[in-house]
Amino acid sequence: MPEYETHDFDVIVIGAGGAGLRAAIEARAQGLRTALICKSLLGKAHTVMAEGGAAAALGNVYPEDNWKVHFRDTMRGGKMLNNWRMAELHAKEAPDRVRELEEWGALFDRTKDGLITQRDFGGHRFARLAHIGDRTGLELIRTLQQKAVADGIEVFMEVKVLRLLRDADGVVSGVVGYWRPTGEFVTFTAKAVVLATGSIGKSWKYTSNSWESTGDGVAMALWAGADVIDMECVQFHPTGMVWPLSVRGILVTEGVRGDGGVLRNSEGRRFMFDYIPAMFAAETAKTEEEGDRWYDDHSAGQRPPELLPRDEVARSINSEVKAGRGSPHGGVFLDIATRRTAEDIRRRLPSMYHQFKELAGVDITAEAMEVGPTCHYAMGGVRVEADTAGTTVQGLFAAGEVAAGLHGANRLGGNSLSDLVVFGRRAGMAAAEFAAGRTGSVSVDQGQVEEAVAAALAPFGRDDGENPYDLQHDLQESMQSLVGIIRTGSELEEALGKLEVLEERATKVAVAGGRVYNPGWNLATDLPSMLTVSRAVAQGAINRKESRGGHTRDDYPTADPEMGSVNFVQRIPAGAGGSAGAGGTPSIRTITVTPEPIPEMPDELKALMELEEAH
Amino acid sequence: MADKPVSDGGAAVSDGGAAVSDGGAAVSDGGTAVSDGGTAVSDGGAQLTMVLWRGDASGGGFVEYVLPAVEGEVVLDVVHRVQATQAPDLACRWNCKAGKCGSCSAEINGKPALMCMTRMSELPPDEDVVVAPMRGFPILRDLVTDVSYNYEVAKRIPPFHPRAKTEDEVEAGGYRMAQIDVERSQEFRKCIECYLCQNVCHVIRDHEENKTAFAGPRFFARSAELEMHPLDTTDRRAILREEQGLGKCNITKCCTEVCPEHIKITDNAIIPLKERVVDASYDPIAWLGRKIRRRTKGTAAEAAATAPATGPAAVQPPVPVQGIPGVDGDVDGFYDEGTFDADAETASASQATE
Repeated sequence: MPEYETHDFDVIVIGAGGAGLRAAIEARAQGLRTALICKSLLGKAHTVMAEGGAAAALGNVYPEDNWKVHFRDTMRGGKMLNNWRMAELHAKEAPDRVRELEEWGALFDRTKDGLITQRDFGGHRFARLAHIGDRTGLELIRTLQQKAVADGIEVFMEVKVLRLLRDADGVVSGVVGYWRPTGEFVTFTAKAVVLATGSIGKSWKYTSNSWESTGDGVAMALWAGADVIDMECVQFHPTGMVWPLSVRGILVTEGVRGDGGVLRNSEGRRFMFDYIPAMFAAETAKTEEEGDRWYDDHSAGQRPPELLPRDEVARSINSEVKAGRGSPHGGVFLDIATRRTAEDIRRRLPSMYHQFKELAGVDITAEAMEVGPTCHYAMGGVRVEADTAGTTVQGLFAAGEVAAGLHGANRLGGNSLSDLVVFGRRAGMAAAEFAAGRTGSVSVDQGQVEEAVAAALAPFGRDDGENPYDLQHDLQESMQSLVGIIRTGSELEEALGKLEVLEERATKVAVAGGRVYNPGWNLATDLPSMLTVSRAVAQGAINRKESRGGHTRDDYPTADPEMGSVNFVQRIPAGAGGSAGAGGTPSIRTITVTPEPIPEMPDELKALMELEEAH
Repeated sequence: MADKPVSDGGAAVSDGGAAVSDGGAAVSDGGTAVSDGGTAVSDGGAQLTMVLWRGDASGGGFVEYVLPAVEGEVVLDVVHRVQATQAPDLACRWNCKAGKCGSCSAEINGKPALMCMTRMSELPPDEDVVVAPMRGFPILRDLVTDVSYNYEVAKRIPPFHPRAKTEDEVEAGGYRMAQIDVERSQEFRKCIECYLCQNVCHVIRDHEENKTAFAGPRFFARSAELEMHPLDTTDRRAILREEQGLGKCNITKCCTEVCPEHIKITDNAIIPLKERVVDASYDPIAWLGRKIRRRTKGTAAEAAATAPATGPAAVQPPVPVQGIPGVDGDVDGFYDEGTFDADAETASASQATE
């Protein structure tokens, strides 16, 4: 049996974006031997792409803001599918986590009084997003990265984790992966593992996500027997770039709208006024004049409909384009040029200015941007216990986008950066506690290691198999066209059929070259994750026969209260399938879908939902 | 068309010799399917030629790839199409594809730049596009280099250590800082760590041996950011002079020129740092003051001792603050010196402040 490089830690955190870094910092602070593993270089995780800000009811701009309003906004934005306890913890703890970032060196933009200033965003009643221009994610990741380095946390960069390892009792005991720069395998024993692997968006053709967002955490959790929920709830951000085609999908921050930008169709009409849903009618402006007054003083009118939650705006843009009122390249116009001075735009939205100037040759201080929906965020993911971020597998924790619950059926902009630090910390703390209390020595099952290694190496043994890039391309086409922003039952069934074919093809993938920094091979080892999460999304979408948040069914266009009272839980039952799946993983065709009631909200929180604001 | 080694097409990397024999290189199939949203231009299938460095630490060379031209692409798109259709094992680092993560640094037609922010339409239309890895770092494979040097230097920067909150701030719930004061450091915090500045800095680009005693522009900007941070209390001047080789920089501004975030590294970070170091080291009045009363800012060594506010030093001691690996700096001794020695700092700083 070959010998692999091995490491031993108390707590292993997989993923070094905001949640992973925050979890590692916390586990380390608890005195545990902690390591971070990340698929890219440190500091490159998808958190750097976050632009608008971190939502926290600091009350620095609107003193009347508080956690209760933030809680209410989050639940309403999520169409009440959220885990109420997570929403409560998040709203209560976000301000402390943001201030803590400042104590670690983050430099947020300031109010006139010198405090952290806050910007408006969709679905948030008050200006609530702490930010640094439009590069808040970079500030957050750099602050946490520098803190982690200062704390002496060991980081294993460019390591792809293949599988979670479990001991005879089913408790997580470590992970196996390989170094991308060398192709050598490496195992880690750990008393507790935190998943912070981020998104699943690479399964779609037009996405704001990078190559890393292949759903490794959700897939590995499923393979290890954990529950995942709400996979059908995928957020299509309303404003991605649409032109040039090569940059289609790249994010355009909601901050453009928060700072006064408006959406127009080809006729020049601010069409969002035509799409105000009843649920938000009372708090949305009726006229352009009223909406415009609101920017300067939130008590002078209601918010413009451009700042409705993302699901509403994305669907509306989709409808306008379908009705033939789109922009030349199949989007709509996002105009800030006629709304703010060039100087203001460059100061408040520097990276958007830069991005359009350099990638599209568009000067956003003079011209409108062309934008359209892009796959952006997974509300669904690994089911966790709110207070501890513990999954249904012992010793396994999950935080950030890989975890589900906080955002329900639709995430509000700004709630993910605060999610990362609130639940990253909680996951790190709980993992440390679990590790500290775990007795006996922890060892990895060599059989599980060998199985993962054999599966990873299999593509090298095939002479004339499938090109992994072709397979990825076909998967993205299928998911984009059949499991996209608007879904129907027949197309979802068709998607499942296509996924079966793709799963079969995945067992025939062949790669050329060696193991040293070989992206073709790296992709081949990502495909099992992508196929697993794609199936989970399609299965969840078939079962949720209603439209709610990020999940829209053409054949069930309205929300159904009964459907809204359950989460669709997916899992691979123990003993099902063996190792028949793509890449030697448990057969993903054995993933079951079960509706389970969402946790019941206590009365005092229910009362907050009915709160009629003074404004 | 067969694999064809090309001579150094103007790129900064010297041709390692033999072309890499690569199963999928340079195909003649102009009709290869375009992946991911690309549509070939309609005017009779225009072609482009991209010349990529292939190889590893043991050597390599340029390999030519011909593929259909697609409107609106950046260099990284073309590299991805080469991967998807001709060379699946072509190594290249990337993440965000929007100029925000700083992963895809390379030398394009000899000019250091991000592949994701270099539009094909900006390059000379009738010439091959030549992409080589950054020359300042050891080759891992193809376009990917080993940038671990930067991560090692990062560990040696004395970390942020804020002052205590005032009573008013405790009540307000957070520090108070004026926007104008945070903006100075914010400029440096825009850094996406693409390491292009480190790559072009001739102090290390042409002198590998200097890496043991030189932090490089990225980390001078980091130190400047901390030194100008309204809350930070650590004094990094001794370390900058003694261990991080600030004096070796003779402000040729190569770093500033390549910065994709347009950070004025030389003017706004390095020169002010040099001035501070000079003030600390050679100003006789300041020297006298130091002799008479304690400095308000702690030394870097003191800061390092107290910095890990949450790190349990008992379990894993913080990384000791010392020079770049291989250099043993004498931090404490520095403050006792009052003597003037004609060092590069003085020369370049006075030059800069004219």
